[in-house]
Amino acid sequence: MTPVLSTAIDISFVLVMLGIVGGFIRLVKGPSLSDRVVALDMMTVLIVSFCGLYAMLSEETAFLDVAIVVAIIGFLATVALARFVERASQRRAPPPADVPPIAEETQ
Amino acid sequence: MTWDFVLAGLILTGGFFCLVAGLGLLRLPDLLIRMHASTKAGTLGAGLIFIAVAFYFADTATTTRAVATILFLLITAPVAAHMIGRAAFRAGVSLWNTKLEEGAEEQLSRRH
Repeated sequence: MTPVLSTAIDISFVLVMLGIVGGFIRLVKGPSLSDRVVALDMMTVLIVSFCGLYAMLSEETAFLDVAIVVAIIGFLATVALARFVERASQRRAPPPADVPPIAEETQ
Repeated sequence: MTWDFVLAGLILTGGFFCLVAGLGLLRLPDLLIRMHASTKAGTLGAGLIFIAVAFYFADTATTTRAVATILFLLITAPVAAHMIGRAAFRAGVSLWNTKLEEGAEEQLSRRH
């Protein structure tokens, strides 16, 4: 590996890590649950690119398999958490006004 | 030697877009706007880095895996963003400088 390429990879490591730190601050701060889900989703994509960079630095192609698996797990986690957010918001919603309560029907 | 500069350019641009994704997630005003940064800039950064990986190793097995990763990210990022966006909109997240039409909240089953 030439010095140009290794320097570029080192600088890019720093940039990607700064991006992950930004996502992590949003993960801690995030006012709602959906903010945290978005932050986790973006951190997964950034960790995937981190794996790609490390594959080039170590000349070890096995890290690409790690990247693919991390991408799949991140997608599944995001879908599951999005379903969870939607369920939680439906459960907390008050029932519609035109449906009579069950207690009145039984009397 | 020239080829190395091309690869270094791809890697640096990818890292730059990853940084932009993190900054956008940190600084933009509301959730639906933040998703622009996380999905578009993040996917572009990862895609550029994986293009560099494919050209750096330049054999069939590695290139296939890199292209598969890029395609997977390109397919799943919009799906995941759509699901989070819809769930968050229905859960009633606050929107920045946005005025919804009269009756739109009931039609789109948004909490308020």
